[in-house]
Amino acid sequence: MDYTLLFIQTLNGVQLGLLLFLVASGLTLVFGILDFVNLAHGSIYMLGAFISASLTFLTGNFVVAVLLALPITGAIGYLIERVLVRRLYARNHLDHVLATFGLILVIDTTVQILWGPAGISVPLPAWLNGQVELFPGVVMPTFRLAIIGAGLVVAAGLFWLVNHTRLGMLIRAGASNSTMVSALGVDIKTLFSLVFALGAMLAGLAGMLIAPITEASINMGGEVIITAFVVIIVGGIGSMKGAFVAAILIGLIDTLGRSFLDDLFALFMSQNAAETAAPAISAMLIYILMAVILALRPQGLFPPKVR
Amino acid sequence: MKTPLQAMTKTGWITAAVLLLLGVVPPLLMWMGNEFYLLLSTRLVILAVAAVSLNLILGYGGMASFGHAAFIGIGAYAMGIPVYHEFYGGAEAIASTNGWFQIGLAVGASALFALITGAISLRTKGVYFIMITMAFAQMVFYLFQSLDEYGGDDGLVIEMRSELPWINLDDPLQMYFLAFGTLLVTMLLVHLIVNSRFGMVLRVAKGNDERVVTLGYNTYLYRLTAYVIAGVIAGFAGWMMANFSSFISPSMTGWTRSGDLMFMVILGGTATALGPVLGAAAFVLIEEALSSVTVYWNLPFGLMLIGVVLFARGGLLGMLHGRRGDK
Amino acid sequence: MSSLLQVRDLRKSFGGVAATDGVTLDIHKGELHAIIGPNGAGKTTLIAQLSGALRPDSGVILYNGANITRRPPHRRARLGITRSFQITSLVMEMSVLDNVALAVQARDGHSFRFIRAARKIAHLRERARETLREVGLETRADAPTAELSHGEHRQLEIAVALATGAEMMLLDEPMAGLGGTDSARMIDFLKRLKGTRTILLIEHDMDAVFALADRISVLVYGRIIATGSPDEIRGNADVRHAYLGEE
Repeated sequence: MDYTLLFIQTLNGVQLGLLLFLVASGLTLVFGILDFVNLAHGSIYMLGAFISASLTFLTGNFVVAVLLALPITGAIGYLIERVLVRRLYARNHLDHVLATFGLILVIDTTVQILWGPAGISVPLPAWLNGQVELFPGVVMPTFRLAIIGAGLVVAAGLFWLVNHTRLGMLIRAGASNSTMVSALGVDIKTLFSLVFALGAMLAGLAGMLIAPITEASINMGGEVIITAFVVIIVGGIGSMKGAFVAAILIGLIDTLGRSFLDDLFALFMSQNAAETAAPAISAMLIYILMAVILALRPQGLFPPKVR
Repeated sequence: MKTPLQAMTKTGWITAAVLLLLGVVPPLLMWMGNEFYLLLSTRLVILAVAAVSLNLILGYGGMASFGHAAFIGIGAYAMGIPVYHEFYGGAEAIASTNGWFQIGLAVGASALFALITGAISLRTKGVYFIMITMAFAQMVFYLFQSLDEYGGDDGLVIEMRSELPWINLDDPLQMYFLAFGTLLVTMLLVHLIVNSRFGMVLRVAKGNDERVVTLGYNTYLYRLTAYVIAGVIAGFAGWMMANFSSFISPSMTGWTRSGDLMFMVILGGTATALGPVLGAAAFVLIEEALSSVTVYWNLPFGLMLIGVVLFARGGLLGMLHGRRGDK
Repeated sequence: MSSLLQVRDLRKSFGGVAATDGVTLDIHKGELHAIIGPNGAGKTTLIAQLSGALRPDSGVILYNGANITRRPPHRRARLGITRSFQITSLVMEMSVLDNVALAVQARDGHSFRFIRAARKIAHLRERARETLREVGLETRADAPTAELSHGEHRQLEIAVALATGAEMMLLDEPMAGLGGTDSARMIDFLKRLKGTRTILLIEHDMDAVFALADRISVLVYGRIIATGSPDEIRGNADVRHAYLGEE
């Protein structure tokens, strides 16, 4: 076995996991506080990628572009909450899903009108574009390490929010809206808008960070949203800790599965059979993981408090 | 004593009228030389079959499955893969253009997939169920995408339609009547099921699980059975879809396709016999009309879907009755 | 006298708070046994564990000598334990008869029958009508359930429980929200029912409880502090203290 490759792929898995966590944390935050299921969360992720792409070309600097794009994505989230989402709080989860399904079509088509159907690649500044030699012979792209760093910083911030603020305490307790009002003494409507905006910023950030690697493209949202769902199902819907553990787990399993499953299979079947079976199984691996975890624990790894 | 005709309700009349229209107009248009509308109607009717089956679990059973398109994909690949091997060799055991064999495969594979994923996802409720069914459908999507031999992401052109006695699926009119006949049978079947003893348990358990359990029913098994029945019907619809379009691809199972099916049911009116058919018709026709006007038709379409959720919860059928939403 | 239902040291807590704190209880065959207690005493939690909706942390529940502690609710129902609900759980969109017929259907073999219309199966309808006659609702059989009065809903709730043919009925506050006349009618009805079934009655209405019960158990903070005949309970100092301390 190639240990250098294993190490690098493990880091790549962690990096994918942290990006998934950024997307899933926004979903889980919005679900935990607003009790709202946002299917269009992936579209906001995609929107973040496109906005940062345009701003990168405009300002000539990726980092500045991200810093500008974050409040813009937040503002868009705020607007979506004010115009559509708040009309749906009184409805059931299915209505949330259906309405935001419509919203996906609206956002995706708008992006297509504004930016065209083709993907946009995002250039990185030279200092982020290089490579770092971690150990002799072990080389990682600087930007992937930067994603890991950024992801960890945001994760730390979110854990502080959940574990050390009164809002977080209420989230952990699975508090209802009315208890939140009386315990926080705040304007609940504004709080909800801001939480939704924060969720949008987290998704947008993930999109901005992935864009220089994959390029900004319209269908990136639809791909990430289901994986993010798998993350929060495995972790336990509404649990920040669960989202983190599950995101890293799924990032690792997906990345390592795609690189090493054929080698692993070759140990107990013919090379030929292994090469046929491995891609199919690795494509399904995280869903199989989800099925196994759900069969054992229907509420996920870290079940939320009874709502 | 009323005669059967007098006893028919308003809904009954509308149902009969819509079905008569579906049975007569497309063939008539074909006869007048306009094949396009027959083909459009065939797609519409096949999707209506899938929507009717989804309505069994969503409307009557309260199971908001967001992965129903997976069964269409499974049924379609169960048609396409045997034909592929018949033409290009390999996998002797399943190489076949025989329609009965393919239908058996489609039904069997759909039932098995429904049984396994249903057994897991039905242990959960509400939003968990929505997300899990969605994820399982996506698993099928990625599985098909990884099958390079069958075209991977690009899909596979099917060389030959299924061979069945008495019916030639290469003839668009016969294909249409197969789909239309299936729709009638499916509607009748679902109608019988929801009014049967099984259906009573299923319908009451929808809003009142605890009550039905205390009466002594294992509601989980009833739901799972309904889930498998709906999956099998949608699998059959997938077999028809593959025959109709002579093409299969992973995108048939994409989660947005499942969302479309769900919208057809909601748009037409859940837990009604005709609702899903009306919904499928409206969905396909509006989609067709909008896309002929602009390439950006998804924008008004998306706004329309949002409007349906916000303002028209009873669906089209509810509006026909002058009701605005039931809840 | 033989015990139909035996509960031994049943415990259930939520986040460290004991809702059921070592309940031991014997319900004799054929008796009407009432459980009373101040609000928050854990009556609803107890009934949920007996019906199987909640799983106890520890303890044993025996029914007819069989250990049912871990049996799911539908299997308990098949053994002959059913419950009524405090918040009416009838199907409002269906007719009164439909609601009862579904319960009758539950003891008429399995219901994996897909073709014949349930409403056209004569013996199910007939038995449902009989049950409605028993509770005095036969004239309302074909009315939509939503149109019934609150008092009638409570009666129908019990009719549904009866129709399952259960030997043991757990009645969760059947008098809740009933006015004077309706309340009197319900007491009357339960008096007639008494002796034909084993009944565990949870009820706030003290007049009703003392008029109906063969025996009464007093539940306070998840514990049974006294069990006895109505007279014994009336004269029990602990019970008075618990109620006086509470109010």
